[in-house]
Amino acid sequence: MTDISERPDRSRAPAIVVAGLRVRLEKALIVDGVDLDVRAGEWVTIIGPNGAGKSTALRAIGGLLPFEGGVELNGVPVDKLHRRERAKTIATVAQSPIVPPAMRVFDYVLLGRTPYVPPLGRESAADLAMVDEVLGELDLGRFADRRLDTLSGGERQRVFLARALAQGVRILLLDEPTSALDIGHQQEVLELVDRLRAERELTVLATMHDLTSAGEYADRIVLFAGGRVVAAGPPREVLTEDNLAKHYRVRVRVIEGDHGPLVVPVRG
Amino acid sequence: MTSGLREARPTQRVVRPAGLRPAWLAGGLLAVLVALIAGLAFGSVQLPPAGVALELLNLIPGIRLHSGLSDREVAILLELRLPRVVLGLLVGGMLALAGAAYQGVFRNPLADPHLLGVAAGAGLGVTVVIAFRSTGGDATTELPIGVPMAAFAGALIAVALTWLLGAAGGRDRSPATLILAGVAVSSFLAAAQTYVLQRHVDTLREVYSWLLGRLSTAGWHDVLLVLPYAAVTGAIVLSQRRELDVLTVGDEEATGLGLHPQRSRCLLIIAASLGTAAAVSVSGLIGFVGIIVPHTMRLLAGPSYRSILPLSVLFGGAFLALADLLARTAGGQAEIPIGVVTAFFGAPFFVVVLRTSRTAAP
Repeated sequence: MTDISERPDRSRAPAIVVAGLRVRLEKALIVDGVDLDVRAGEWVTIIGPNGAGKSTALRAIGGLLPFEGGVELNGVPVDKLHRRERAKTIATVAQSPIVPPAMRVFDYVLLGRTPYVPPLGRESAADLAMVDEVLGELDLGRFADRRLDTLSGGERQRVFLARALAQGVRILLLDEPTSALDIGHQQEVLELVDRLRAERELTVLATMHDLTSAGEYADRIVLFAGGRVVAAGPPREVLTEDNLAKHYRVRVRVIEGDHGPLVVPVRG
Repeated sequence: MTSGLREARPTQRVVRPAGLRPAWLAGGLLAVLVALIAGLAFGSVQLPPAGVALELLNLIPGIRLHSGLSDREVAILLELRLPRVVLGLLVGGMLALAGAAYQGVFRNPLADPHLLGVAAGAGLGVTVVIAFRSTGGDATTELPIGVPMAAFAGALIAVALTWLLGAAGGRDRSPATLILAGVAVSSFLAAAQTYVLQRHVDTLREVYSWLLGRLSTAGWHDVLLVLPYAAVTGAIVLSQRRELDVLTVGDEEATGLGLHPQRSRCLLIIAASLGTAAAVSVSGLIGFVGIIVPHTMRLLAGPSYRSILPLSVLFGGAFLALADLLARTAGGQAEIPIGVVTAFFGAPFFVVVLRTSRTAAP
């Protein structure tokens, strides 16, 4: 668990710089002028009520949706990156990824090596070794030969992460990584991401609904409402009773915890 | 346990990546060989399978073996049966390959050249060419060179219509929407075809004998006519086998993995439609091959298109060659249309495969 005193040095180079991001889905303006930056090695979590544009912004930053404005990854505009180069730079774990029927865990994680396989070519021994390594690191080795569609939710979430890691990226986008999991598996997955972030020096940008978890794991929180950033900063500054009352229309008590504020909804 | 022995071979992978297993490839080649020999040996004149095999070896330059067949039998073998069996292998392989490609591209297990309206479009194209060609004079049984191109144009128009109509259902369309669109497009094109036929009643017989599906008038002419299309289709579709595996995770994630889903999809649709059109133009409408064969391969050899595609070519070809054998031997003097045979055996077989796959997960 990262202690506050060990939080990354704010002077490190930015991994993600978003300026004036606007995204339209079927002509509706979902993200309306978002500025955001994530430094290398930092974990930033976007929170906000349903429909605030969190996931849409994340997909645009990952280069998966057309957008207006600027998104730079390690100083390079994401729309200037060739799609294979982009896939080696940034990986997105979708909120509920499609699970291809009957596909084995090993083959699914191996798909993460796609940007490294030349057209008309096949995976190299190095690609296979990378998959073995990632599966081992995520304690998935015994599932390698199993069908992905027979795994439980928590196991699947680890496999989705494994595929993203197999891409060999340094920037990880996680869209609601815990929304399908019970609290035990939520904690397990978030601890895993935090461990990987330290070991692999990953930069993490996530969206989350669970405000307490968001505050405990993220270095900084960005609060979205109506497609805009309405608050940003360390968890203690953003997760306040006033902010949450205003933008979530909810009554909460914010209690000081060991790793950040604990947000508890209370009846009005 | 001899664990020491295992450690002595560290290069031995525990889990191999999905792909074409040599055993399955050998099985596919064996199926083709069996279909070839059986298709050549059996018919109105029975030939000894061993002699047939020896005659086939004689086709290889530099080999001269005594097969024990008379000159007349060799003529039957090489001029009548061989082109027909080869055409069956080509058409069956192409229909199965096209079906597998459509299923992958549309991420839809029900996609097949017939259900998508592609075959109907190709059929309309062929009908138009037959109906409008110079009716008087020598009506040969040979198909005009322009037939595959007309079929291809019809096939592409049909698949585009089906795709647009299916897309009108919105972003969250179910697999059934696409198939319903295909049924609508098929009906529309069939109506257009009927209209063309009514205006050119003199060609009715010719078109109908072709529509029911036949490999019967085939000579080497038909084989040479489809061969280039089969080669192009096979090369393009097989080159995209890894892309098809990536597409199973959906367009957005495939994009995230560095793929260009729309480009792969367009390429595959064009190639599969070309193959379907070529198959339809020489053999008429032969159903079920494009859906049964790829599914069987998927259930038996796993979900990777790296094994489904090549195995579909081999087993699809063998299936159709054997179906043709049945079509020309089972009905006594009168030949049964091959489309009837594939449907008759295809449907129940498919049900059996589906049921057994429920209990035995690969």
